Amino acid sequence: MIHIFTSITPASWLIEPLSHDFMRRALMVSALVGAVCGLLSCFMTLKGWALMGDAVSHAVMPGVVVAYALGLPFSIGAFVFGVGSVALIGFIKQKSRVKEDTVIGLVFTGFFALGLVLVSKIKSNIDLMHILFGSPLGTSLSDIHQTITISAIVVITLLIFRRDLMLYCFDPTHARSIGINTGLLHYLLLSMLSLAAVAGLQTVGIILVVSMLITPGATAYLLTDRFDRMNILAVTSSAISSIVGVYISYWSDIETGGSIVLVQTLIFLLAFLFAPRYGILKLQNSINP
Amino acid sequence: MDALNPQLGNGTYRIEADQVCVDYNGTVALFDASLRLKGGCICGLVGMNGAGKSTFFKALMGFVRPSRGNIRINGLEVHKAQRDQAVAYVPQNEGIDCSFPVRVWDVVMMGRYGSMNLLRIPRESDRKAVWHALERVELIEYRKRPIGELSGGQRKRAFLARAIAQRASVLLLDEPFSGVDVRTEKLMSELFIQFKNEGRTILISTHDLSHVRDFCDLVVLINKTVLAYGETSKIFTTENLTMTFGGMPPDLLSGQTPPEEFST
Ligand SMILES: Nc1ncnc2c1ncn2[C@@H]1O[C@H](COP(=O)(O)OP(=O)(O)OP(=O)(O)O)[C@@H](O)[C@H]1O
Ligand SMILES: [Mg+2]
Repeated sequence: MIHIFTSITPASWLIEPLSHDFMRRALMVSALVGAVCGLLSCFMTLKGWALMGDAVSHAVMPGVVVAYALGLPFSIGAFVFGVGSVALIGFIKQKSRVKEDTVIGLVFTGFFALGLVLVSKIKSNIDLMHILFGSPLGTSLSDIHQTITISAIVVITLLIFRRDLMLYCFDPTHARSIGINTGLLHYLLLSMLSLAAVAGLQTVGIILVVSMLITPGATAYLLTDRFDRMNILAVTSSAISSIVGVYISYWSDIETGGSIVLVQTLIFLLAFLFAPRYGILKLQNSINP
Repeated sequence: MDALNPQLGNGTYRIEADQVCVDYNGTVALFDASLRLKGGCICGLVGMNGAGKSTFFKALMGFVRPSRGNIRINGLEVHKAQRDQAVAYVPQNEGIDCSFPVRVWDVVMMGRYGSMNLLRIPRESDRKAVWHALERVELIEYRKRPIGELSGGQRKRAFLARAIAQRASVLLLDEPFSGVDVRTEKLMSELFIQFKNEGRTILISTHDLSHVRDFCDLVVLINKTVLAYGETSKIFTTENLTMTFGGMPPDLLSGQTPPEEFST
């Protein structure tokens, strides 16, 4: 009887999966990717780039396929197409009278469709489901190395340029007037977006990666009025939801990407309801006389 | 080199605009505007709505590309002067997202970024500069407030504090007095006079003509182009103002157009 009880304690719920190699890998990669996307999501939400995040994450699809076909690291292909899509969006917007959100929608669906066509045409061992929905439980070692490299690049770049990027999001005019190259910052942020989309592709897949790139930032934004704290909250909530999502997926045998994103959404909803100042229920109410 | 006191060679102007033309997609906003300002002066920029005042500021900052003409600040090209932290600019509308998670202190600290290292880690001197700037605009007790929780006038003061903290030798202020109370107006004009005495050059656009009278050494009257420019006492005449404001002579002291003019 005691035996049955011990087998379902929270401790064993947490520890048992760690005995599997694939689970240790999945947890590590998911937490890392969660943290990276969480940090970037602060800039995405503050800059108002949610749609751009969606666009870039879809547009990397053909890049991944082409890279696999040519035997290159898929991150390089993804990066080229991610940045390429943004350049194309900028170009079409500038040269035509079509509104920006229309152009974004148009370009990313076009790229995504190209990716689908390429997958079906190029006979290779690419698993479409793996790209579309992610599969942290089936991550190979070379994928892990790529993800760690990408994450390191994104995190180091964001940490170095954190203040400049914050200023760029807040007040680009002032950034220019003190001699900061805002064009460079713009493309830097877009490049980081492309790279983070590739990293996120590993865990939640192309379709849901935009959630990793906006939800943690939105949650943190409801909880604080300080940029530094927002960074910390977004990174923490994102890493924790990735880990919890992987555990839930393991124990209840559900799709991992979906489970990670659902946990993230749940945390957002909690903040939306109960955040001290900006939650709709305002637990610590300031109406007290 | 100290951004506050850059050595100006003989004959070098703080602001030098030479026959600047700006057009927006073919519509001319500014034509042949020339201006030369030395160190240590306050210059008022006066003209009606749409006369091109803000456009002139943007051209001076390099935010709009002049189709013709040449602009130099402290004898340097604009972007070089900006990298030297020589120019501080406060636009007419900051156009910022007021729910951005930054405090007043952080906003004013942004004025110091250009003088910091790449990581923008504030040193003691930066904190002192921010504190000092906040004191000067009397916002020191608001320093921990989120920027979105300030009133319009307080926000204007916060952005002025940022320009002060930058310690630039050239200040370009587009309508700094719009929407601020009388007390702040006095505080600001005293501040500008102090800056002038420190050797800085300040270009201010304003619709309140009494300001020009009170503390501007020089005045520029514009309407698409520089109509007249020089010492306030010589240039600021009813005749010139009538020309600037398209035939309506404003009352010099109150800055108001006499009411009977409206009925004609
Ligand atoms: N972004 C723009 N695109 C097209 N035209 C513009 C733009 N900005 C200004 N203009 C035009 O250029 C002219 C000068 O505008 P500007 O903003 O410089 O006027 P201003 O003197 O600052 O006026 P105000 O006193 O109202 O601030 C106006 O006729 C305006 O319609
Ligand atoms: Mg204006």
